[in-house]
Amino acid sequence: MSICKNRELKYSLAINEGIMQSMESDESVFLIGQGVKSPWYVGQTCSGLLERFGEKRVIDTPVSENAITGAAVGASISGMRGIVVHPRIDFMLYALDPIINEAANWISMFGGRSSVPVVIWGIINRGGEQGAQHSQALQSLFAHIPGLKVVMPATPYDAKGLMISAIRDANPVVYIDDRWLYGSTGFVPEFSYEVPIGEARLLMEGDDVTIIASSFLSIESLEAARELKKNGIHADVLDLRTIKPLDKQSILNSVRKTGRAVIIDGGWKSFGVSAEVSALICEEAFSSLKNRILRLALPDAPAPSCRVLEDEYYIYKEDIIKFVRDYMDETSD
Amino acid sequence: MVRMKESVLLPKDTLVSLYRLMLIIRAVEESFINPILNKDILCPVHLYSGEEAIAVGVCSSLNDNDKVFGTHRSHGHFLAKGGSLDELVAEVYCKRQGASGGFGGSMHLLDTARGFMGAVPIVGGTISLALGAALASYIKGDNSVGVAFFGDGAAGEGVLYESINFASVHKLPLLFVCENNSYSTHMNIRQIRNSTTIYETAASFNITSILEDGNDVLKVYEAANRAVRDCREGKGPVFLECTTYRYRGHVGPDDNIQGVHTDIRPADEIEAWKRKDPLVRLESYLIDYGIALPDEIAEIKMKTEKKVHSAHEKARESAWPRKEEILNNVYM
Repeated sequence: MSICKNRELKYSLAINEGIMQSMESDESVFLIGQGVKSPWYVGQTCSGLLERFGEKRVIDTPVSENAITGAAVGASISGMRGIVVHPRIDFMLYALDPIINEAANWISMFGGRSSVPVVIWGIINRGGEQGAQHSQALQSLFAHIPGLKVVMPATPYDAKGLMISAIRDANPVVYIDDRWLYGSTGFVPEFSYEVPIGEARLLMEGDDVTIIASSFLSIESLEAARELKKNGIHADVLDLRTIKPLDKQSILNSVRKTGRAVIIDGGWKSFGVSAEVSALICEEAFSSLKNRILRLALPDAPAPSCRVLEDEYYIYKEDIIKFVRDYMDETSD
Repeated sequence: MVRMKESVLLPKDTLVSLYRLMLIIRAVEESFINPILNKDILCPVHLYSGEEAIAVGVCSSLNDNDKVFGTHRSHGHFLAKGGSLDELVAEVYCKRQGASGGFGGSMHLLDTARGFMGAVPIVGGTISLALGAALASYIKGDNSVGVAFFGDGAAGEGVLYESINFASVHKLPLLFVCENNSYSTHMNIRQIRNSTTIYETAASFNITSILEDGNDVLKVYEAANRAVRDCREGKGPVFLECTTYRYRGHVGPDDNIQGVHTDIRPADEIEAWKRKDPLVRLESYLIDYGIALPDEIAEIKMKTEKKVHSAHEKARESAWPRKEEILNNVYM
């Protein structure tokens, strides 16, 4: 197949293509979860799958997250490769037992004799005054658990490639995407490809400061960095892509080069991804630092509903620009 | 046809009060449609039109000490339990004068003084909380009843059966109210359950389990009164399934998302249910039996419209919640 470099695809359709191609090439792959045959539940991520693969491999379900996730885990230790989708990651909390107690611990509990090649796909679906139970970004919670891998693609390219990698991985992978990215477009090759789990990517290069982000906020950080560049601030923008295992080397390489680090995370600030990255830098690259590390993350509060409060609560490009500017002012004379 | 007045069992006050409540719920639900379409209201709104008889029939058999928990579709439960119309409307606009101070929107309603303990959108999420309210009543011996409203969709959650079992073992004063409107978002009940009703499953836990016409407020009211009495006498829990239908989409006025008609419900099915409209049925009953004159009904309707209109005006004038409240509301 020839590579068309101009082929653009929407983020949601890139996920769709990743699943479609994985299901075509491997009959053990199946998709289960609430809304897979609904036109609105999961965006366009599941379009055409039911028609192509039938009701045995594309299964819409009752609202039974605990049992359905357990079934995906159980099928995946019984010769299948399950993808279980939670159209709102908040509802995935009903399934913490099969995810954490069972899937994450499985291989270790049995001395490496059985693994769980399951994809647990949770969609961050927030904004629009939906409030605390329909807004949560829970990457830190899952990244805390040994045995789980956690990926958070920011671009359509990675959305497809990481989905394919997650499906092929021998371990439980928590795949977290953000509905705010579903309409974004970008280069996506037509063929099936993997984006390796555990590798970050530099979205932009600069020598003054390292901005470390993931998912939606990687895109906002990239746009912020483009603005900052106009004002003479040159940033490395590192998109983590995988939260766990963290690509420590890429983080350290960049911070050793710039001597400054700002971490942006769409989860809460305390005890989260931003704290982990900050600790890593302090432990491994402390002597390279020219300034303290700063973090920009959600305030330690549940998401409010009201639109005025949502604007205050969430992080956007403008917030990042101001944050990085202030940070740079701390060490400029 | 004018039927015999002698067959009326409930006093006029009660009947008119049931009617008033159902009417106000219908009126306020329909009043949200334009502001939703104009985007003055942004939060997800799950309308209760068509299901009013259940909230009204059940809540009218309760008192302020009884503790009700709701769902994502709880405007009706909130109002029927005595919640303020003005606070409901302001909350749907996410304004400061709202029932949750603008922090929750349509899906997060609360009025603890009236025993409306909270409505939230995690499906099945409040069933075990109502179990907890019944447990508290059992421990304290205060004779109050816990009530869990939920839909047929929530019958997919394991927590329902765990809660029924525990309540049954301890004979807790808990009323499970399953509003079976045949649809769990985009799925007909036949696609998610090998039976179109749920009460048989509940009955297998050795509790009283009843199926009732949820579009007949008098039947719901009678069944709820019996159930509440049983709960207070230590003969609970009771499972009350009410069949009904929502006229509107799962969320918003209809299920037309971005111009694409995605409502999988057949038009004739919707029409057939509209012929069983709970409000029309009660209104005909009141008039046919000579309980209320058409003029009285017209006046109630006019006053209701006025109240709803005024609630919208107040809500629009209300302030937004303050930004500093985001962090102030995390702990007591």
